[in-house]
Amino acid sequence: MKHFSVLRVISKLMIPVILLFALYVQFHGDFGPGGGFQAGVIFASAFILYALIFGVHYARKVIPSSATRILLSFGVILYTAVGIAGIIFGGNFLDYNVLGQNNIAGQHIGILLVELGVGITVAATMITVFFVFAGQES
Amino acid sequence: MAGFLDVVILVLMSVTAFSILRSRNLFGVVILSGIFSLLAASFYVLLAAVDVAFTEASVGAGISTLLMLATLAITHQKKEKQHINNPIMPIIVVLVTGAALVYGTLDMPLYGDINAPSNQYLIQRFIEQSGAEIGIPNIVTSILASYRGYDTLGETFVIFTAAIGVLTLLGRGRTGNKAEVKQISSLETDGEKE
Repeated sequence: MKHFSVLRVISKLMIPVILLFALYVQFHGDFGPGGGFQAGVIFASAFILYALIFGVHYARKVIPSSATRILLSFGVILYTAVGIAGIIFGGNFLDYNVLGQNNIAGQHIGILLVELGVGITVAATMITVFFVFAGQES
Repeated sequence: MAGFLDVVILVLMSVTAFSILRSRNLFGVVILSGIFSLLAASFYVLLAAVDVAFTEASVGAGISTLLMLATLAITHQKKEKQHINNPIMPIIVVLVTGAALVYGTLDMPLYGDINAPSNQYLIQRFIEQSGAEIGIPNIVTSILASYRGYDTLGETFVIFTAAIGVLTLLGRGRTGNKAEVKQISSLETDGEKE
């Protein structure tokens, strides 16, 4: 769809806004609706929009398959690492209370990291699934 | 006013559902199911479940519609194949299932009923204590990420597994770089030799 100049210009305008909105949803999830899952999907949709307009081949140059695969596992590892950090600092698995100076600070750190892990895995998954589907020779 | 909006959205949802049933054009069906998800998301907003609405709008109306379209593009399927000769059996199954579901709703508590079991036990504790224990305003986030952190870890693994599954079935090949494809095919031939 590269030769549709309206689509191309509008999507180039929209992609930064979508990415920014995804980050807002990610880090504002403590205060409003949203969180890692929604943020990950919105973040991925920016890459998917790029792939739809400019083609999967060029989108793969922006985010190669090796990068999505690493991010895919990194999110899950980050989540699990927060859980294990709870054990190391003397609590139970996924016990955030021990992560900070007091319980509330620990909970804030734990929730932030855990949501980040969810967001990264979800975003990488959606990008991977779409690119793999769209990249099939039809 | 809210009651009127409820009715409008539910009617639109039924109209969309019947259009999906009637349509034989698969592209149209995919777009209609996206519209259905968007209407469902609006309905969740009316029910004050904004987090669920957010997820429904981004996943149901957005990503899954796109993935279905991508699937259509791969399979070259434009029209649904008609192969049902005798509609009586499916109609009986649908009617019995529908009747069972309606019978099930008769015992359900009314929406927002304070005496409903789901509004009685842990949820009251979450509402009263999460401010002191977790200290963030969005109770949904504190339940998902902290109280039910173990569940969310499982969900993240489910999503991770989905990506691995797609990569295993369809992946690597044609979009990846050529070296990887060669590697895979040589592995496969090695396997055959053994």
